[in-house]
Amino acid sequence: MQVVEISGLSYAYSGSLVLDGISFSIGEGDLLGMIGPNGAGKTTLFSCMLGLLGGYAGTIKIFGEDIKKDSKALKSIGYIPQKKTIDQNFPATVEEVVSLGITSGRVSTEKIASALDTVGLLAQKDRRVGELSGGQQQRVLIAKALVNDPQLLILDEPATGVDLETQNRFYALLKKLNQEKKITIIWASHDLDAVNRIASSVACINRSMFFHGATHEFFENSDLLKAYSESSMQAHMHLHDH
Amino acid sequence: MIEMVFEILEFGFMQRALIAAVAVAITSSVIGLFLVLRRNSLFGDALSHVAFGGIAVGLVANIYPLWTGMAFSVLGALGIAKLRQSGRIPADATVAILLASGLALGIVLLSGFDERGVDLNSFLFGSILLVSVEDTLAILAMAGAIIAIIILLYRQLMYVTFDEEQAKVSGLQISKLNYLFVVLASVSVIVSMRLVGILLVSALIVIPNITALLFGRGFKKTALISVGMSIFSVVAGITVSYAANLAPAGTIVLMSTAVFLATLAAKHFSRKQTVEKLEAAKS
Repeated sequence: MQVVEISGLSYAYSGSLVLDGISFSIGEGDLLGMIGPNGAGKTTLFSCMLGLLGGYAGTIKIFGEDIKKDSKALKSIGYIPQKKTIDQNFPATVEEVVSLGITSGRVSTEKIASALDTVGLLAQKDRRVGELSGGQQQRVLIAKALVNDPQLLILDEPATGVDLETQNRFYALLKKLNQEKKITIIWASHDLDAVNRIASSVACINRSMFFHGATHEFFENSDLLKAYSESSMQAHMHLHDH
Repeated sequence: MIEMVFEILEFGFMQRALIAAVAVAITSSVIGLFLVLRRNSLFGDALSHVAFGGIAVGLVANIYPLWTGMAFSVLGALGIAKLRQSGRIPADATVAILLASGLALGIVLLSGFDERGVDLNSFLFGSILLVSVEDTLAILAMAGAIIAIIILLYRQLMYVTFDEEQAKVSGLQISKLNYLFVVLASVSVIVSMRLVGILLVSALIVIPNITALLFGRGFKKTALISVGMSIFSVVAGITVSYAANLAPAGTIVLMSTAVFLATLAAKHFSRKQTVEKLEAAKS
């Protein structure tokens, strides 16, 4: 069964097309690296998939269900947004933040402990989340997503702006979640080297789908890599022009 | 002071005042924690000023003013929530518009109003010592309902306060929760007005929570510390105001400010001591 099936997805912000006819699908147990320059539409694509943005053309099916008709499937998604600093004064402890991920039923301390153990933060459970480093805060957000037993994890450039050691620990965690916990993962990143090492498939978007296929097919094709760097450079210059 | 509390408890009006004040203290501090963390500290101030406009409408139209005040406060709160969701006007500007408009409406309507028989000061500065048995029961009922709903929706409200986008992704009905919360906040403001009046309502909402946040504990513990601080401030404020013949509303708020400053000083002192110990250990 396909975990995600997207066909002909288009979305426009104030008349300007941000996503143009995107189509791709992801199978169970896949770890998809989503790459593309800044402003390529990755976050918009995720927002559509998560039901945060309506008004798009095309269809998005999660576990076979069209999310426009039935949003139940969205509950099986864990989402980790782009790294943002948590307010230092926010008084919740790590344990309290992770408990927010349990959206129905009893709050199970065992489940919270297990999720924190997976991300290596069990010893920090009573600390205030605002006191932790940026990398640790991201891992708390992952534990919050894991506590709800997601079948699909969507991560939007989660390791941007953290140090190299934290990044490597983070990539090891992604691999562990995919291989040991069998969670299907879509992971947006600018770190091509990490995507090459970890992802089982790659989707490269720049408003429209540029490439979708096995990781080695992308990274072993010098023409594709060249075209990707050129499109990234153009997007970079476009951003600076504005 | 404890002896004095027991002494003043012999009077029926003081019993009612303290019961109502404790209910108000719990409600305003619990609602206030969410407002402060959402950086909406002045929301209560805006709602109380809108309520003032509503009270003026009630006085002029000869309707029980607290009901019109509550209706205006709830409508104003829903209006703010709607404007914010549209994203067309900055959040702090919506508060400023509501605050100024509510006050202006009250001033205009009352400018030609015959004030005989109406104690405007009781709306502006509170009248906790004048609460009747019926008032006390009404305050207890409203406070009980607010606290019960907050306890029931505690985790959902905490999630929305922590990160609205993630809460939405997890399936929470953000708009409904936000609307419900602003209605609870406006009812809480009306309840608090009997204690400290329109002009000082926001102090009850903000100061105990800012004090509790200084302790740097978890969310639940911060809420409990805030409630404790708030109850202490109202009980001590009423007691001191009675003993020294001072205005209760002002005394309660000053008591709350004193607790905040004492906590701030204690925290500063303890941090300084920790740094000194660390430096001593280094050398």
